[in-house]
Amino acid sequence: MVPITTLHYLVVAAALFVLGVIGVLTRRNVVIVLMSIELILNAVNLNLVAFSRMWGNLHGQLFAIFIVVDAAAEAAVGLGILIAFFRNRETINVDEIDLLKW
Amino acid sequence: MNSGLNSAINAGMAPVATPWFFYALAGVAVVSGVLVITRRNAVHSALALIVTLLAVSGLYLMLYAPFVAGVQIIVYAGGIMVLFLFVIMLVNIERSSKERTFNRMWPVGLAAACALLALFVSVIVKGRALLNDPMTGKALWPDPVKKLAESSNTQQIANMLYGEAGRMGEYTFAFEIASLLLLVAILGAVIMTKKKI
Repeated sequence: MVPITTLHYLVVAAALFVLGVIGVLTRRNVVIVLMSIELILNAVNLNLVAFSRMWGNLHGQLFAIFIVVDAAAEAAVGLGILIAFFRNRETINVDEIDLLKW
Repeated sequence: MNSGLNSAINAGMAPVATPWFFYALAGVAVVSGVLVITRRNAVHSALALIVTLLAVSGLYLMLYAPFVAGVQIIVYAGGIMVLFLFVIMLVNIERSSKERTFNRMWPVGLAAACALLALFVSVIVKGRALLNDPMTGKALWPDPVKKLAESSNTQQIANMLYGEAGRMGEYTFAFEIASLLLLVAILGAVIMTKKKI
């Protein structure tokens, strides 16, 4: 059995990142687009913690914690925008959000 | 020091988690990640995302990061996902479950994501080639130099965040900025969800 190296974690994180990008680019539901962004941030976090393990210090884990804080702020503001928009237009589809389109 | 640590690891402190744990957790994370972006019902997507988050927190435990794993479960799976589920239940899902799941430009998005995947694969293959090259001797991703202390992990993180012995920690300023960011985000969310501003 091959021992698990940093490379293994990078592969998993790359897969999660690409899944998140596919979700952001192809889904219509804004809530699921926001969830895909969470998936992307998780992939980044996994990379940071794997590198923290690789170098044997804790800076990567600190960065991961700050990214969790950012993700919480982003989710709160994004979902707030979504609720305000839903109140105005009765839709949560990305391609119908075109109020700023000229 | 380092060799002594390694021999201590080899002697009796072999990690409990075997490679099979890694493959199981990674498989669960990726499969439920696929479910997140393919389910039509947003509630099912949210539940799949919770499973992904828990699997990733298991991977953090395998990486000797118990505090980050705890934060992942408490903040992500416990806090952010509850927020998501509340919003899903506030906006109506009946209408969106009858409409198209993917937008019209989905082949373009899929192609862009495939290009990104090709980039990642090329970087990983290049790093692997460096890893196996005896001439260069320097791997892009070397093996872990030392084991992270698991039992004092939280204490070390606290020392870096809040400082120790009366001195400011390395990340104290960033920590205060992050708390300010959260305050602004809370205010923004409250103001935007108000009916009349």
